[in-house]
Amino acid sequence: MNGSDSTTTADSAAGYSSAQASSDNYLTHGKGIMSWLGTLDHKRIGVMYLGCILFSFFLGGIFALLIRTELLTPGKTIVDADQYNQLFTLHGAVMIFLFLIPGIPAALGNFALPLMLGAKDVAFPRLNLMSWYLWVIGAIFAVASIVMGGADTGWTFYTPYSTSTDTAVISMVTGAFILGFSSIFTGLNFLVTIHRLRPPGMTWFKMPLFLWGIYGTAVMQVLATPVLGITLLLLIVERTLGFGIFDPALGGDPVLFQHFFWFYSHPAVYIMVLPAMAIMSEIFSVFSRKHIFGYKFIAFSSIALAILSFLVWGHHMFTSGQSALANFVFSALTFSVSIPTAIKMFNWLATMYKGNIHLDTPMIYALTFMFTFGIGGLTGLFLGALATDIHLHDTYFIVAHFHYTMFGGTVIAFLAALHYWWPKMFGKMYDEKLGRIAAGLVFIGFNTTFFTQFIMGSQGMPRRYYHYLDEFTIYHQISTAGSYLMAIAFFLMLYYLVKSLVSGKPAPANPWGGNTLEWHMTSPPPYYNFKEAPHVGDPYDFSDLEWDEKTGGYVSKSGRGAS
Amino acid sequence: MSMLTDLLASLFGMALLNGEKTFWLPEQASTAAKNVDWIFMFIYWLSTFFFVLIVGLTILFVIRYRARPGHKEQPSPSHSTLLEVTWSVIPSILLFFIFYYGYKGFMDLVVPPSNSYEIGVTAQRWSWNFTYPDGYVSENLHVPVDRPIRLVMTSEDVIHSFFVPAFRVKRDIVPGRYNVTWFEATKPGSYQIFCAEYCGTGHSDMLAQVIVHDTGEFDRWLEESSGFLDKLAPAEAGELLYKQRGCKQCHTLDGTIKIGPSFKDSYGIDHVLTDGSTVLAEENYYRQSMLDPQSQIVAGFDPVMPTYKGRLKDKEVTAIIAFIKSLSPYGAVEAETETPTESEAQPETDSATDDLD
Ligand code: HEC
Ligand SMILES: [Cu+2]
Ligand SMILES: [Cu+2]
Repeated sequence: MNGSDSTTTADSAAGYSSAQASSDNYLTHGKGIMSWLGTLDHKRIGVMYLGCILFSFFLGGIFALLIRTELLTPGKTIVDADQYNQLFTLHGAVMIFLFLIPGIPAALGNFALPLMLGAKDVAFPRLNLMSWYLWVIGAIFAVASIVMGGADTGWTFYTPYSTSTDTAVISMVTGAFILGFSSIFTGLNFLVTIHRLRPPGMTWFKMPLFLWGIYGTAVMQVLATPVLGITLLLLIVERTLGFGIFDPALGGDPVLFQHFFWFYSHPAVYIMVLPAMAIMSEIFSVFSRKHIFGYKFIAFSSIALAILSFLVWGHHMFTSGQSALANFVFSALTFSVSIPTAIKMFNWLATMYKGNIHLDTPMIYALTFMFTFGIGGLTGLFLGALATDIHLHDTYFIVAHFHYTMFGGTVIAFLAALHYWWPKMFGKMYDEKLGRIAAGLVFIGFNTTFFTQFIMGSQGMPRRYYHYLDEFTIYHQISTAGSYLMAIAFFLMLYYLVKSLVSGKPAPANPWGGNTLEWHMTSPPPYYNFKEAPHVGDPYDFSDLEWDEKTGGYVSKSGRGAS
Repeated sequence: MSMLTDLLASLFGMALLNGEKTFWLPEQASTAAKNVDWIFMFIYWLSTFFFVLIVGLTILFVIRYRARPGHKEQPSPSHSTLLEVTWSVIPSILLFFIFYYGYKGFMDLVVPPSNSYEIGVTAQRWSWNFTYPDGYVSENLHVPVDRPIRLVMTSEDVIHSFFVPAFRVKRDIVPGRYNVTWFEATKPGSYQIFCAEYCGTGHSDMLAQVIVHDTGEFDRWLEESSGFLDKLAPAEAGELLYKQRGCKQCHTLDGTIKIGPSFKDSYGIDHVLTDGSTVLAEENYYRQSMLDPQSQIVAGFDPVMPTYKGRLKDKEVTAIIAFIKSLSPYGAVEAETETPTESEAQPETDSATDDLD
């Protein structure tokens, strides 16, 4: 490794011996494939999750590009109607169950949570590994549905369509069922870890806000996911044994399925979004060199979102024929969810105020997050309001809205976090200039793709349409062009990230000047995380950190380091 | 309400006043559209305000406080309860207004006036049937202008959704129950109906039109159309039924196979069923295929054809059979010899008169 000298300096400044830094980190500790597949180290499990999740994102992205290409013309472009229906089902299922839900918690959270908390590992390392294996098995089932004839229900599996179509629904549903358990185990593990493994001094209000977000997420994973599990099981039972639970032909109620499904899947929206917000709280503070504004309000708003998200599922069913009273209640509750979100946005803004804003790649993503997630949140108002939702429901307006929250929120935050922790995870710096260019391209491509969808949606273009009326052609073509631009951006990202692994500059311990515990250890972190219980201070007090030209990172002025 | 509505409509979306298509919203052609649109534009401008505020401040802060030589972070408080309360309470109040008007607008959308004209809607993969009070069924929805129309809707198979963008109406159609919606069209013309709930292969082809007639014209249209069984020859009436009752979504007339077998050259030959048996396609077989499709499934097809029992009258079944026969060389010959018997039978089953009472 060239430049290991400078790394060593940084490490000794951070209180670590140079021997530890260069020889023993979690990546070099143990060699061979089995040392990975059988590992109980949360960091390695995090990296394995990351690999799998990035692959799922790639797969889901390919499906997305095929969908967008098909929609270049109003008639048939490349696939037939049934294939198209399978494509959007796969795109949705893969992106949601395989990528978005486990993305930040299971991949990045697994890596960062114990480090930020000051713990040696998660509470149940074996369960942690098992959740990864369950993910793999669930993914195999879900993707196997492609070769078994494909599922064409949409990721929402609405009955009685899903119980009557003769496609590979069972394989897909079984996959989602197993993935649910993977998610429950991750959540459970994080809950117990945060409750039980905090070192002395790490009080609840000394915890980095990322942990508050993950904590709220874990609560939802543990409480909501079992409902999805039982719902999918009932679906399988109805399909295979002909029990009439949802199918009216058998005496069931199809709308009941929607209640069950959204009782999980609305919290699932926050399972995806809360970790994204959690990351934003870290990044805005670190890159503005300012203490986070309104720590307690942000922390409690995470918990508020976790709780409120259980009470609004009915807003997916305003047109289903549920009673006006139910609509009244769900609409009112839906608006209450936007308050904690607004609080967070304003607090991030206030954090930047009078700061010293560093425009590194993670911060570029964070800034675009304000833009895209802002639109995602605000367009939710149109859908929470009953009168306008009736018109917009099941149109491209919805498609645009949830992509602005799921992509503009979660994916952007995921990318921010990936670039934020990449040097820590792999000990290598990526090409900062290419990083910023890719972030810019993602931003432009994303808005081109999805902003047009708001317009065609409010003009009346329904979603999940294979054919469409000529008047919508121009919107679809602009949208598709945007998606190609995003694809270019992601290939660029792939290039410079892989390049950084091969020939990247070694990362200093603390490239961005973060003050949470992971930045006080070597990059990559040592196998045992902490030799002794770390010193816990205010995670957002940057006064002790100072830029060090020599190492290209921040060092502690008092020479205190982690302890 | 209406004065306030007009005021707000003019404030928030000038072009909306005359009901034409705008950048965001399609043409307004129902009484509800104006109501919905001002709420839409109200939320739109409110969102725009907050969006500009948030993004504007973000950009301003980045410009003013970006890291550069000689610039350092400056101390400022890291919490302020007053600020937090302010930016929670002000949005809450605004949200309450959105919620309130949204709910009010919704109630107007779903509660039909008591003097509404009722039309039945049956959705099935992948077509629409609209049943008028006199029993006549059409594939497009015909309504009089300026009169509240109440739709009582049900589905033969999976969930569909009735969506007319120009009316701002949407309601799911759920099998096993009746969902109701209503609208009052304000302009004669033709407007798009979409199926908005995903229902499989032909979901995006499940289209129809609402045809809004001038007041007197609607009654004339209905009277004229309702009598078609008596006016047309059976095969011609059958062709009309084939188009109107959704058969054409699944059956072609040119020999190509869609969801179901083609009707071309179907009559008078042996058909193989899934259980391996064969059956000669003649009148009784066709009749049973329509009224109890699940009893005989043609080999190579899925049992997805909905039953038409109770939805096709005897006379209509006869007409469709005559039409299928006319598409086959065997049927064409036979049809000539059989015509007298069929026309004799007609006066007995005059269902058109039955329907009038
Ligand atoms: C959703 C698609 C669908 C619709 C709508 C539909 N059918 Fe069918 N139909 C099928 C399928 C599939 C089969 C073959 C399987 C079977 O025998 O049930 C079939 C079979 C038939 C047969 C037997 C054909 C043969 O070659 O043996 C007849 C006759 C028939 N349909 C008439 C009609 C008529 C008349 C209508 C309209 C009033 C209609 N169908 C509407 C799907 C449909
Ligand atoms: Cu929801
Ligand atoms: Cu449909």
